[in-house]
Amino acid sequence: MRKALQKRMEAQKYVWEGAIPLQIHLHESQVTTLPPPPPALILAPRIGYLPLLVPLIKPHFRSTLPPGVDTIWFEYRGLPLKWYIPTGVLFDLLCAEPERPWNITVHFRGYPGNVLIPCDGEDSVKWSFINSLKEAAYIINGNCKNVMNMSQSDQLELWHSVMNGRVPVRLYVWGLSEDFDDLEDISQVDSWEKISYVNRPVEIHKEGKCFTLHDAMKNLLPEFFSDESLSDSKLAGVDFEDVQKIPSEDVSSNKVVEDRGQNAYEHREACYISSSAEIKLIRIQGIEPKLEIPFSWLVNNLLNPDHFLHICVCVKVPQ
Amino acid sequence: MCLATLEVFWTVIEVMMDVCNWDGTVSAKDFRIGALSFAQKWESLNSAFPPWSWVPCPKHSWLASHEEEGYLSLENICISRPNEEDIDQNSQTDPGEEETSCSEKEDDIDDATLVQSNHHELHYCDFHVVYSYTFRVPVLYLRAYCSDGRPLLLDEIEKELPACSSKELPETKWAFITQEEHPYLKRPWYKLHPCGTSEFMKLLFLGGDTAQPKLEVVLELYLLSWFSAVGQVVGLTIPCKMLNDR
Repeated sequence: MRKALQKRMEAQKYVWEGAIPLQIHLHESQVTTLPPPPPALILAPRIGYLPLLVPLIKPHFRSTLPPGVDTIWFEYRGLPLKWYIPTGVLFDLLCAEPERPWNITVHFRGYPGNVLIPCDGEDSVKWSFINSLKEAAYIINGNCKNVMNMSQSDQLELWHSVMNGRVPVRLYVWGLSEDFDDLEDISQVDSWEKISYVNRPVEIHKEGKCFTLHDAMKNLLPEFFSDESLSDSKLAGVDFEDVQKIPSEDVSSNKVVEDRGQNAYEHREACYISSSAEIKLIRIQGIEPKLEIPFSWLVNNLLNPDHFLHICVCVKVPQ
Repeated sequence: MCLATLEVFWTVIEVMMDVCNWDGTVSAKDFRIGALSFAQKWESLNSAFPPWSWVPCPKHSWLASHEEEGYLSLENICISRPNEEDIDQNSQTDPGEEETSCSEKEDDIDDATLVQSNHHELHYCDFHVVYSYTFRVPVLYLRAYCSDGRPLLLDEIEKELPACSSKELPETKWAFITQEEHPYLKRPWYKLHPCGTSEFMKLLFLGGDTAQPKLEVVLELYLLSWFSAVGQVVGLTIPCKMLNDR
């Protein structure tokens, strides 16, 4: 029992201390000095949000910014980044082949208000987070109230009572019309239209058999599943046993795990689930779990602080 | 609460089956059935009220979903408040008065919304009713803009729809109206927070009879009842005929 608890704490430490190295470039339209400033190098927490990094970024570029009011936003290769999506999720979703460091661009002007919800800094992030937390509490517990006033032990109790009910899930599905063998070959996401956002709780039904990630995906994306069995095809990914051995403590260990995941790409087998469309990739907290993993393990270990399980999926769609 | 809303309550109570164990929520499929029925009924009445329409939306933009999802839409509604001199004429933003005498005043409504002072520009609003899988109830999304398309900020919206404002509501502005991405259109919209919806829906339906109505009627009533409560916040009204024709 003690060992299981220890393992859980290790996995959670991995999640909470997981970080993404960022190389943040100032957009050329806002560079007013020669030579242009070097990019800012920042280790961003996976579970955090980009606007919270502004206190670290702004001083770095202060001397080169044009005068005026700042409205800060980020983009990756032209795609404005949604600030209310956790940094790790953005990275897992938009960087098919994980880029280290992740090169993103910061803007201090020209906020794309038609695409992005306004962000007034830390307060906006806080409110967005609290709303998500309340939503998760509602899904698990049936009401929004009191989640902020609960004692720590009550909160733990609440979150671990998830197993017999509904699980908060945010699913991001990237649809690709082309086939690929290597992640490097994929054309990148140039518009949020290509990403389907499914905000739908997964209902866990206890039927004796273990409820796996496969069952959850079938629940969320039934259109990708036919009645054929999956006995022969699996998604390559991190084995369940390996996941339990994940070391914690420092970032370099995390990097080791992420690299291990990367090597698995060479041996990937696409999951032919239905003849017209297939799920190519599933990523949660930077991990590609096998479909047989008990969903409860994912819920107990890979939730974000907002108590949602953020799942990134890449699918090939018929064209 | 206005007269027509009370009528809805009593109608619903007469018709609803025993719902003691119901938690006030509906399934996505039920929402769709109720919404389609609601939209069809509204349009068939040919009233002066602009009709709600059902907009089907596939779950993924690149994949046809076998279960049709969608939302109810009412767009381009003028929400600018009438000036002092127009106060006698009912406008669409006046929830209380027209419902008691809507049959006579219906014809005047179109004229009323055109009679505006030229001193301030007109503000318009789009309303969408979208199903929430989290809360399992309908949720109202709204977006307001000027005639030139410029989006309105929350404080400008609150001026036109004072029931939305933080002064009128017990909760803070953030708890009640939030700015969120529209689940289908992926643009910033405002959403009326659905946290308490299932509770008040349950209250509306408590104490029902054990009569067995048709499912579509029940679900349409659900949406009507939801509407009568939520609609008041944004000044949306229901033609009396929707409520009387039972």
